[in-house]
Amino acid sequence: MSFALRKQGDIVVVDVEGQLIVGNRQELKQKVLDELERGEKKFLIDFSQTGYIDSSGLGVLVSLSKKIREQGGELRLANLNDDLKTLFELTKLDTLFQIADTRERALESF
Amino acid sequence: MAMELEIPSDVRYIERVVEVVARQCAQFAYSARQVSLNVPVALTEALANAILRGNHETLGKQVQIRCDVNRERLVLEVVDQGIGFDLTECLVDVTSPENLVREDGRGLFLMARLMDTVERFASRGNVVRLTLRRHD
Repeated sequence: MSFALRKQGDIVVVDVEGQLIVGNRQELKQKVLDELERGEKKFLIDFSQTGYIDSSGLGVLVSLSKKIREQGGELRLANLNDDLKTLFELTKLDTLFQIADTRERALESF
Repeated sequence: MAMELEIPSDVRYIERVVEVVARQCAQFAYSARQVSLNVPVALTEALANAILRGNHETLGKQVQIRCDVNRERLVLEVVDQGIGFDLTECLVDVTSPENLVREDGRGLFLMARLMDTVERFASRGNVVRLTLRRHD
């Protein structure tokens, strides 16, 4: 499991590879917060290579969403598979996040 | 098929346990969703609770996992050395507007939604028992 960050224009794209769970959520949080501190405002988290997310992972996404918004930034999520969509629907977090079917659509939505 | 595992109170061990149990469920032809979502997420939550809240990540305290799986149902018991908790009191509606933006509190909710039953009792430790009927 790892997180790959790259810039696409003025957007920071984060690929979550493997699981986003209690054991690695802080790593994702810190990486995104570091970029936010450097002045980045637009973030896209892509889950196309993600297995599953637990409650800690969902909690980190909620926390990051708040912190990014507080800094005047925006967060988008993309490429949730059916299992992950179910998780977001069960917890109603699909109503809290802007979720795109593809990375391209997410990038266009900023 | 029954098996017992024991891990230290360290969240880095969670993925390995989840992999072993999910593989067993796949061998008994549980549905793809059960193998890739219900079992991994619910078991991760139970293990994280046991490690973080039950054993407070104390070195030397172990978490036991008992897994009994067949073509009918999966029964998982996660045992920690904590004092336990009241399931009903701790289970909050994380979908309510006031809770939706909370960072924590979704673990028990997910276990309850992804398993058929979730029980907690004391028996030589604090036991959380998860049961899931097999779907094709």
